[in-house]
Amino acid sequence: MKFTLRIWRQDNAKGPGAFVSHGIDGISGDLSFLEMLDLLNEQLTGRGETPVAFDSDCREGVCGMCSLVINGRPHGPNALTTTCQLYMRHFRDGEEITVEPWRARAFPVLKDLVVDRAAFDRILEAGGYVTVHSGPKPDPNSMPVEPAIAEEALDAATCIGCGACVAACPNGAAMLFTAAKVSHLSLLPQGQPERYTRVVKMVEQMEKEGFGGCTNLGECEAACPKGISIKFIGRMNRDYFRAVLKEPIDRRGPMNAQ
Amino acid sequence: MKLDAKVPPGPLPDKWDAHVDSIRLVGPRNRPRYRVIVVGTGLAGAAAASSLGALGYEVECFCFQDSPRRAHSIAAQGGINASKNYRNDGDSVFRLFTDTIKGGDFRAREANVYRLAQLSMSIIDQAVAQGVPFAREYGGMLANRSFGGVLVERTFYCRGETGQQLLLGATSALAKEIHDGHVRMHPRTEILDVVIVDGRARGVVVRDLVSGEVSSHAADAVVLATGGYCNVFFLSTMAKGCNVTATYRAWRRGAGFANPCFTQIHPTAIPAGSEHQSKLTLMSESLRNDGRVWVPRKQGDKRPPAEIPEAERLYFLEERYPRFGNLVPRDVAARNAKEVCDKGLGVGATGYGVYLDFRDAIQRLGVKTIEARYGNLFEMYERITDEDPRKAPMRIYPAPHYAMGGLWVDYNLMTTIPGLYAIGEANFSDHGANRLGASALMQALADGYFILPVTIADYLSRHPSGEVKADHPEFGRVEAEVRERTKRLLSVNGKRTVLSFHRELGQLMLDKCGIARNRAGLEEALRRIPQLREEFWRDVKVPGGEGELNQPLEHAGRVADLLEFAELMCLDALTREESCGCHLREEHQTEEGETKRDDERFANVSVWEYQEGAKPRLHQEPLAFEAVHLAQRNYKT
Ligand SMILES: Cc1cc2nc3c(=O)[nH]c(=O)nc-3n(C[C@H](O)[C@H](O)[C@H](O)COP(=O)(O)OP(=O)(O)OC[C@H]3O[C@@H](n4cnc5c(N)ncnc54)[C@H](O)[C@@H]3O)c2cc1C
Repeated sequence: MKFTLRIWRQDNAKGPGAFVSHGIDGISGDLSFLEMLDLLNEQLTGRGETPVAFDSDCREGVCGMCSLVINGRPHGPNALTTTCQLYMRHFRDGEEITVEPWRARAFPVLKDLVVDRAAFDRILEAGGYVTVHSGPKPDPNSMPVEPAIAEEALDAATCIGCGACVAACPNGAAMLFTAAKVSHLSLLPQGQPERYTRVVKMVEQMEKEGFGGCTNLGECEAACPKGISIKFIGRMNRDYFRAVLKEPIDRRGPMNAQ
Repeated sequence: MKLDAKVPPGPLPDKWDAHVDSIRLVGPRNRPRYRVIVVGTGLAGAAAASSLGALGYEVECFCFQDSPRRAHSIAAQGGINASKNYRNDGDSVFRLFTDTIKGGDFRAREANVYRLAQLSMSIIDQAVAQGVPFAREYGGMLANRSFGGVLVERTFYCRGETGQQLLLGATSALAKEIHDGHVRMHPRTEILDVVIVDGRARGVVVRDLVSGEVSSHAADAVVLATGGYCNVFFLSTMAKGCNVTATYRAWRRGAGFANPCFTQIHPTAIPAGSEHQSKLTLMSESLRNDGRVWVPRKQGDKRPPAEIPEAERLYFLEERYPRFGNLVPRDVAARNAKEVCDKGLGVGATGYGVYLDFRDAIQRLGVKTIEARYGNLFEMYERITDEDPRKAPMRIYPAPHYAMGGLWVDYNLMTTIPGLYAIGEANFSDHGANRLGASALMQALADGYFILPVTIADYLSRHPSGEVKADHPEFGRVEAEVRERTKRLLSVNGKRTVLSFHRELGQLMLDKCGIARNRAGLEEALRRIPQLREEFWRDVKVPGGEGELNQPLEHAGRVADLLEFAELMCLDALTREESCGCHLREEHQTEEGETKRDDERFANVSVWEYQEGAKPRLHQEPLAFEAVHLAQRNYKT
């Protein structure tokens, strides 16, 4: 197969950036999108041109590193599929394919198709955990969990934090990501003690990072390669409003080693 | 180089507790004065960094991905072992211990493995407390499944994404410590060398992968949790970034490298389809619980699988190993698959594939049950191959998957360089010559949560904190070497891409140092690798500059190290004149074609010492088996 790739090229975080067209030929339909880009980079390098920078690591759809907007859609045309598991057989021979980085105020471009998603990590650092130290813990079977609840928590926890939800949202909101992380823990018994402080801290951090507001457009759910449901956003909002109304007082002292 | 494993005295079951009781500790007030570098945020690194941070140490943590939660551990699918005996099927610490020793073909240290089995239960407790949503039964109790090579059900799992969930647990603990200021996280930063002053590890030299800046970081101890090196084979199930740089550089600085030739080839990956393929995707081995492995009995039988009648199918594992059938250990399954394909019975476009068939399981249990068990794996297979495993059998083939070899460590997980630790897949591990399924996650977490945070205190407490700072001249010297290497890579300006060298190296290693190996092949590889390396430094083309985000440069540095390390692997494989664990040395097999171990000469760990300008020197750590009777494995009867 043969394609024209219209790719966003940008030298560094400062640079303006622009689309550049690259042709590629002799592509088998069984190559993944990223393997096709590998091949393009081989050819560009051979011709003394600069290869295209893009992120990827596990190449089996779970690390969340890969991040391309392909023909206007985060992770490309296939539902429930990350870019690394998208195959060229899903494109038309001769097609022009536009490839861009995630576009969002909170995800600045570092180079070509590589963006900085550290904002997600700061949301997690603000509260995305259960406070437990390493050491002896009670046997898990002393606290039974209904399998349906455990499965629902896993439905949320399966989020790979790639950022497609933000890239898909016209407002650049990070509600689906944050809601998935909040809901994973708020569903489980282990997450209850910090349930309300957690949601407030994470939502506040999300707002500080410059993500946009949610207007219930649902684009995030459609783009999510893991099929995270927007019902989790409703869940998070309920917890958040309850938390704000209740204004729970955080009575804990600092929990340092001292 | 002196190898002192420092195994504590006393009966096996009491060793660890007694050791913890006798260890020197650092008091809570002093901990913040000690700085520890942790390289890697996989299960081992994230668990260690978060545990050390919570104890109050000052931790600097590094990874090359853009976020700690993307480390390669995230890709583990099948599950994690623990000897909870929830199923009342006769499991115990001792049984997990013996399974691991036997599975590893008697090439692991008893005391370490016993400790691992003991700690396995605490890992599950810890993970659940963090919010890891393991599968539950109807009554709300934790569910288990069985995994290749054992007779009990002791594997805990979260659908097909156990590694992801465990890593999210560990990195959430890490996130808390980052937030609280106990851990400083450096993502997109690669360790390019380790700095030793007065014989002790004092820090690392790193490159910021965004700005290209090279800098030094000093600490009182350095922990390498940098994972495995199967990307020496180019095509493997490992993430693209996995590499050997940190451990290889530590080796060049004096750390012993143990059993480099021990790598595991996983039996159930999707076969390679094209020359431009960049990685092999694993299908969890749990599939062998319900899938039956077969090939057509006739060579070159191109009929669609459904048209091949029962009598013309060769269920080669069930026939040869009636007791374990499709659940034989990984190496046995992988070697047999390779053998039938070498005989021309393989299926698929390349002829290097065998069927994994769910037809009978679906007939017996219904499609719903099978889907509940493997739904997401089926989807993954279908996405990649465009074929539905409910209708036609999957095609699978072995793929390099895990590195049992790694830096040699003593009972405290310290390498031969004082103050340098190696944990997780980066060390030579408790898996001997072969790892049982679902045991890597267990080992990485045992090392990170429970062992290292205790044993490192003993070392730290014996030395004053902050003795060496990053302005020490040795850091400057190592930094200069790192810069020089980078400049050299960029200045070759030849014709071949880094990727083409990596592919060529991988093919060579797979042919000569893979599942089956022999003297002639290894000697040929040992001739070929230096030539390839010479060609690399003469003809590689690395575009771009030093002071920028430069992915080809990152790749080139990793491949340059793999090109040196590959030689050590082949040397080790050549020296080990026995068939053991995952590998068949073709000269050493029984008349029935089963592996033949040589306990007289090789019941030991091969530890290699770097020699400037000369062949590496071999040392051996003898292995004594007191609790488990040294016996040939037998999966036939
Ligand atoms: C596809 C797949 C499935 C698996 N399934 C299972 C399973 O079901 N059960 C099981 O028990 N095991 C499984 N394993 C094995 C298991 O996942 C790994 O052995 C384990 O996760 C390794 O953890 P780790 O922490 O040692 O290293 P990793 O998770 O590999 O982490 C390495 C870390 O080191 C960092 N790093 C490496 N080099 C450098 C450098 N030079 N500079 C800076 N940072 C560096 C990386 O950024 C990363 O953070 C599987 C493996 C694969 C490949």
